[in-house]
Amino acid sequence: MKDILRLALVLTLIASAAGLVLSAVEKVTREPIAEQRRLEMLRAIEAVLPDFNNEPDTDTVELKVGTDRKGEDVMRRFFRGRLGDALTGVAFKVVAPDGYSGDIEIMVGVRPDGTVNAIEILNHAETPGLGDKIEEGWFKNQFSDKTLRNVDWRVKKDGGDFDQIAGATISPRAVVEAVHRGLEFFNKHRRTIVSGGGE
Amino acid sequence: MDLANDLTKGLWRENAVFRLLLGLCPTLAVTTSAENGLGMGLATTFVLLCSNIVVSLLRKVIPAKVRIPAFIVIIASFVTVVQLTMEAYLYDLHKALGIFIPLIVANCLILGRAEAFASKRSLVPSVVDGVGMGVGFTLALFVLGAVREVFGAGTIFGISLFGAAYQPLLLMILPPGAFISLGRLLAGMNRLDDWRQ
Repeated sequence: MKDILRLALVLTLIASAAGLVLSAVEKVTREPIAEQRRLEMLRAIEAVLPDFNNEPDTDTVELKVGTDRKGEDVMRRFFRGRLGDALTGVAFKVVAPDGYSGDIEIMVGVRPDGTVNAIEILNHAETPGLGDKIEEGWFKNQFSDKTLRNVDWRVKKDGGDFDQIAGATISPRAVVEAVHRGLEFFNKHRRTIVSGGGE
Repeated sequence: MDLANDLTKGLWRENAVFRLLLGLCPTLAVTTSAENGLGMGLATTFVLLCSNIVVSLLRKVIPAKVRIPAFIVIIASFVTVVQLTMEAYLYDLHKALGIFIPLIVANCLILGRAEAFASKRSLVPSVVDGVGMGVGFTLALFVLGAVREVFGAGTIFGISLFGAAYQPLLLMILPPGAFISLGRLLAGMNRLDDWRQ
């Protein structure tokens, strides 16, 4: 009995000490981590929007894009870039769930008339050397100046207009479809997104 | 003399990756480039050093019956410290290593050194052992990452080596390339040892 108490005591002490250290480290790193994530988001927004001089991450509209399996609303935030008072573009994040490995997160920048300005890959776990070429400029640049109407939103292998990557069709196909869906959503709700009240 | 032995054994004679074949999961998974290998090696070394220090200091307090859970709590705490610090101050490396940082907890090299060395020895030898083993592990990951990057992408630390005409041997970046490279390196080391005797 005494022995068990001692074992429990030692383990409790070690776990408490670990908890103490971890909470201190978490406290110190919380703000830098939040700042890093915000900076990364801002970099992506900056990369996909035309010129702007406001702070798009404070000028946002949030819309419901659907519900997840648990029945909870899935929201998408639209970041609006302005030059003076004029809206120059809207950036939003889309997710391609059907990549080769895991989700691909893409930031899409759209001009107010519904033309894609640029896209940026935020996160992915595609195969290094193959699927990860979706990060390269020539692939991303294909999306610039595209609208729902002026291009066939499929990769060439499927009869569309977008170049795939040699040896990796799944990743580009997933990106093209995700951007396409995002653009359709944008066009459907364009009025709300462009003129809706910020928060 | 003894200390020098503790330090250098991890570099070659008891190298964790090349000799003991410990911690192969991160070894095979993250070494797609020299930079990733180096980053993972240094993160592991830090955790190994810290856990060796604490385990050695507490070796008389921790009862033998609960030593494994105690070691794991200590190791997991240091891994979390590394993860949070990296995300806060080395964000790009954090993104590149991603999932593999939490996996340091399950690296049997660290638990192995706590169990086999630090829990039986005093502080100084444990520190020396942690540094030696950690540097050996880092070297191994760096070499493996460099070999795979040179052949698989034609670059080293992202700098192009052979010019645009080089057709990268993609297989080397993919998982089979990890096994092939490791096997070749092991064979080469055995050969070298045979030849020296």
